[in-house]
Amino acid sequence: MGKVLELDRVYKAYKFGFIPKKKQVLKGISFYVNEGEIFGYLGPNGAGKTTTIKSILNLIFPDAGRITIFGEDSLKPRAREKVGFLPENPYFYDYLTGREFLAFYADLLGIHGQQKEEKIKYFLNLVGMEKAADLQLRKYSRGMLQRVGLAQALLNDPALVILDEPMGGLDPIGRKEFRDIIVNLKKEGKTVFLSSHILQDIEMICDRVAIILAGEIVNQGYLGDLISEKVLYTEVIVAGLPASEFSHLGESVSTSGNRVLLKVYEEEHIDRIIRLVQEKNGKIISLIPRTETLEDIFVDLVKNQ
Amino acid sequence: MKISTIASNTFKEAKRDRVLYLLLFFAILCFLLSRFLGLLTVGDRVKIIKDVGLASISLFGMLMAILMGTGLVYKEIDKKTIFTLLAKPIHRWEFLLGKYLGLVLTIFIMTVLMSVIFLVVLFLHTFTIEWSLLLAILYIFFELCLMTAVALVFSTFTTPILASLYSLAFYLIGHLSWSLELFIKKVKSGGGRAILKVLYIILPDLENFNFKTEVVHQLPIPTKLLAVSFAYGLVYTAFLLLLAILIFRRRDFI
Repeated sequence: MGKVLELDRVYKAYKFGFIPKKKQVLKGISFYVNEGEIFGYLGPNGAGKTTTIKSILNLIFPDAGRITIFGEDSLKPRAREKVGFLPENPYFYDYLTGREFLAFYADLLGIHGQQKEEKIKYFLNLVGMEKAADLQLRKYSRGMLQRVGLAQALLNDPALVILDEPMGGLDPIGRKEFRDIIVNLKKEGKTVFLSSHILQDIEMICDRVAIILAGEIVNQGYLGDLISEKVLYTEVIVAGLPASEFSHLGESVSTSGNRVLLKVYEEEHIDRIIRLVQEKNGKIISLIPRTETLEDIFVDLVKNQ
Repeated sequence: MKISTIASNTFKEAKRDRVLYLLLFFAILCFLLSRFLGLLTVGDRVKIIKDVGLASISLFGMLMAILMGTGLVYKEIDKKTIFTLLAKPIHRWEFLLGKYLGLVLTIFIMTVLMSVIFLVVLFLHTFTIEWSLLLAILYIFFELCLMTAVALVFSTFTTPILASLYSLAFYLIGHLSWSLELFIKKVKSGGGRAILKVLYIILPDLENFNFKTEVVHQLPIPTKLLAVSFAYGLVYTAFLLLLAILIFRRRDFI
């Protein structure tokens, strides 16, 4: 499995203000993306996710470090030939219709004639925008822009698709559709680089992740390796008994009506709770073991910072 | 191919700009007013119409080039449309040239439109079509191409308002710099004269493109002068485009 994208100790500082003040945004970022995987790039707002992506695409120039795409230096336009990109909050020429917009990008990419028409039709259909194809982009909602934006990113049949917060403006159904499209891209053998702060999305579809905090990669690896299977605690919901009955067995998190939600850390306490509930004619509503999630890792990392 | 795609899209965008039609409207107004101005003049009325007409084409063409040219690149960065565009396998110079040519095409069409209306207004007065005026208009167009390049240079690094002011200053300096030539002749040779000479070479001389008086008064224009003016325009525009590309090449789009 080859490396599709590789960043080697990339640094970038921005200068702000009339008397320029330096702000180090990327502090020696290094990671790689393997061929055919969905790579999740995770970080809170302002961590440097978009700056990393802009460096990859040559929209900004890193102060130091090296970026290679398919073994080619990212500074050469040729390196971007097999890359598709959807920016965060996509902005496009709003006087074009959806169809004209895709035709413009097809022309730029050297796709012409019959092939152009077919591709535009296919991708409009894929992102579910064929009905709004002849509407000007200024009349599109954010989610609709996101959809034609994705179509634009896929036009040149890219081997690497870079998506910056792709699920931002989408409704739940749209998000599911986008997830399906991304998983399908993987099935077609494409590599996907997905930046997001929505942990659920990353956890659901990514193979490997890198976590960036304040310009530094603090953790990276296969999702399975990062998240342990160990049960952290068990959530027990009991009905018909007051929370005080269980104070020595678990932590009472909330009560609603006659129900109590308990967080139980020790396994033997669960048996004791079950027995207690049976003795006192209460009822166990649910019993869910909680394993570690990406969110836990993420929250831990952010707190430690 | 990529350049022409960007150029045609720039044209599409430019022709939607209302400023263009507002300026065109004022240019037409000036053509019509020149007939009344002619009535007030003692002497050759037709000359006034021609003078005012050519000056209007030059002035409003320049305003179109500056007002639209200065927003050309800035708008792309400000509206972030440049992100998806430059993420495609295109060179930055291709993008800039495409933008430039798109606007030059717009300016060309506007110049043609203004010229046709001007010639029609003149025809209604004299009942002859004066083709010789087209030579003056052609050189006005060359000047507008240069001014578009000036606006593009400023557009690559500053906001439209500042870029417009800079471009306007460039235009004024360009039309007044010929007086430096006169000044040089009056200064004694020495350090001061050398500095003035260098300054004269660096500063643009837009009067090179001004054949209005010669054409209106039907004075002979040496072919060599036309050739030199054309070459001057070409070299200066190429230099400006190169400058814009150099500035733009290493720019970060935050």
